[in-house]
Amino acid sequence: MNRYSDLEYLRLSKWQKFTYKLASFFLAIPQALKNAGIGIGRFFKKIALAIGGEFADLVKTFRDGDWKTRSSYLVMGLGSIARGQVLRGLLFLLFELVFIVYMVLPQGGVYWLSKLDNLGDNGPHKEMVMQYGQSVETFVAGDNSFRILLYGVLTIFFIVAFIFTWRLNIKQNKIAEGIIKSGKKLRSGKDDLHSLVDDQFHKTLLALPLTGILVFTVMPIFFMVLVAFTNYDAEHDGLNNLFTWVGLDNFNTMFNWTAGGKSYSAAFGEILTWTLIWAFFATFTNYFLGMLVAMMINKKGIKLKKVWRTVLVLTIAIPQFISLLYVSKMFAKNGLINLSLINLGWIQPGHELPFWEDPTWARITVILINIWIGIPYLMLIATGILMNIPQDLYESARIDGANPVQQFTKITLPYMLFITGPYLLTSFTGNMNNFNVIYLLTGGGPTNASISTGGAAVGHTDLLITWLFKITMEGGNKYYMASVVGILVFVVVALISLVVYSLLPSIKNEEDFQ
Amino acid sequence: MSNNNIVMEEGQPRLKRSMGQKAANRISNTIIYILLIVISVIWLLPFVFIVLQSFRVELRGPVGYVVPHTWGLDNYQRLLTSNFKKWYLNTFIIALVVAALQTVIVLCMSYTLSRFRFKARGPLMRFMLILGMFPGMLTMIILYRVLKDLGMTQANALPGLILVYVASSGMGYYVSKGFFDTIPKSLDEAARVDGATRSQVLTKIILPLAKPIVIYTVLTAFMGPWGDFVFARYVAFGTSSGYNVAVGMFDWLSKDQIGQWYTTFCAGGVVVALPVTILFMCLQKYYVEGVTGGAVKG
Repeated sequence: MNRYSDLEYLRLSKWQKFTYKLASFFLAIPQALKNAGIGIGRFFKKIALAIGGEFADLVKTFRDGDWKTRSSYLVMGLGSIARGQVLRGLLFLLFELVFIVYMVLPQGGVYWLSKLDNLGDNGPHKEMVMQYGQSVETFVAGDNSFRILLYGVLTIFFIVAFIFTWRLNIKQNKIAEGIIKSGKKLRSGKDDLHSLVDDQFHKTLLALPLTGILVFTVMPIFFMVLVAFTNYDAEHDGLNNLFTWVGLDNFNTMFNWTAGGKSYSAAFGEILTWTLIWAFFATFTNYFLGMLVAMMINKKGIKLKKVWRTVLVLTIAIPQFISLLYVSKMFAKNGLINLSLINLGWIQPGHELPFWEDPTWARITVILINIWIGIPYLMLIATGILMNIPQDLYESARIDGANPVQQFTKITLPYMLFITGPYLLTSFTGNMNNFNVIYLLTGGGPTNASISTGGAAVGHTDLLITWLFKITMEGGNKYYMASVVGILVFVVVALISLVVYSLLPSIKNEEDFQ
Repeated sequence: MSNNNIVMEEGQPRLKRSMGQKAANRISNTIIYILLIVISVIWLLPFVFIVLQSFRVELRGPVGYVVPHTWGLDNYQRLLTSNFKKWYLNTFIIALVVAALQTVIVLCMSYTLSRFRFKARGPLMRFMLILGMFPGMLTMIILYRVLKDLGMTQANALPGLILVYVASSGMGYYVSKGFFDTIPKSLDEAARVDGATRSQVLTKIILPLAKPIVIYTVLTAFMGPWGDFVFARYVAFGTSSGYNVAVGMFDWLSKDQIGQWYTTFCAGGVVVALPVTILFMCLQKYYVEGVTGGAVKG
């Protein structure tokens, strides 16, 4: 494609301008991907440099430090206590003691780490045990792969936390030394406590939320990513039957393109395609129709604005499972709509409209019902933004003779798109993972026999996320495949976000808007 | 429109144009009114249907008409004799506790990220953005096993559900951070100059101003558990006394039960939706503020 200069561009016809813009958008994608790649590369380089810097600093601090600092390399907090910062020092010391005790306990860190390489050797089995002078066959529980993996992960996190604390302890020694050298006074334990509600107040505030996220989000995700490299399923549940590492086998199963019809790769391809189609339509139908409704309500001269808005907002209040389930049954084969049509004599029994039975009907119906669900939110959001558009823009446009359509395409739409760019992206990825709407409406159905794998029955309206759910629930609970799908969802969402973020204008100028 | 231009150029009286515009305006307004009425009907109709069908006595399955032939409260009485009471209580307790705890956590998180500039802030926000790209559903598998080990599943699902809802709620800080961003920083600085500590700034200055976002957070946190289906079902699977309303009522519409429970589902829907809706309508103003403010800030 040849690049046009500004002057050449202005001379193009409307249609040419549009195709030019479209083409340049797609042509920018490889560049955006490349930039993203470079960005990730830089990120790792930065991390490597930072780690190198830390090591250099460790050596330097040890060389230059006094005995208090040096002793802290071995006994955390000793330097702080020696310098009179007793509270700090004791906390460091306590942490080190807890860490050491946890690691060396018979069922402690070292034990779990040593089992981590193959997730347990002996499952539950019978053993000959000497009882009352004779050998008796007894049941022995044996290893538990699930626990080994879980506590292994916990131990790894604990070790990382220890390394960070250890580093912090040395850094503080260095700082304290500097302060004493310059003749100032160190902060006492009381000062430390006071700073937690003052200078360091953010640490107090973040402690609870971040602990929650670490324990209930970060660690589970880390664990589940590891599961993708095991054979953990209903049969190998780690309790009755151990599971173990299988390397990249599950990814091979997923991407075995040569396996044909009923393979995971075929199912993945089809489901991903539909997921993207769905996300596209669900996002943009809601967006433009919601904007339209908002503009209609906001138009000058329309009365009862509050009533119209309240009617729509009312539907947000009703829990989604009620509205979605009810509407789902309304469109069913023996649901309200079909039965009413039969009562009216418009269709014959046996010729019901196949809302949920025909793949194309089901897909269109799902998108339509999603409009019903989504427009109220979009109406609210659009109303807020529309009211913020400076009215003099329209005023001057009118004086220049712009008609309403021109005003919309030249003022309203660009303004909306500019401000809601990031929102559109999150809403797109949110729709990709919109479990509720799909699961409560269709349950993924109608079944698509041609790609249903051994794992689970796959339907025509299944998204990746409902597929993931089905894999965990049906057909032998193949958790490892669910985990592979989860990782792929992450990769897809991350790729889309990276590309769009680097192309969006409002991200580049984010600060202007705050 | 081009006609109008010609009229203008020829120097015809302006009156003609404004008359034409007035008429056009009236027509477009009429069309908009019709559209708005149609939209209102489409959006409200299913809920009207639910209410009407909840009073139907003669048949309990789906039928081809809406207005009951015989009216009665049978379906509501049936709710009282089924497990619905237990589910309702479960959901209500979860919603109350989650509303309280989640609000504290979300406000801590969003206030800190909006107001404090510390070294880890940028990386932390980026990290949580990336974390949010993982499908949360995946973590269900391990969380269920862990909760089960702790004895917090099936009949005891309540504490387990509350724990999981609350613990990961810090991730949803975006909307209220957007709100805090709009409170001028000069307020904080003035108070700091006057000798207030950081915590006093929060409790004495910011919190009184943050009433709308506090109410918004409480409201959304309270409404969340009423609709949670997936995780609640996973945790309480197979034990009716641990269900919430969504999980319990879902089964009523399964293939073999719908013939007997369809109208009861409608009655249950009314009972569930009523308090939430009333609460929501009372606090609507704050919700609208939160949504419009938060979505733009992202």
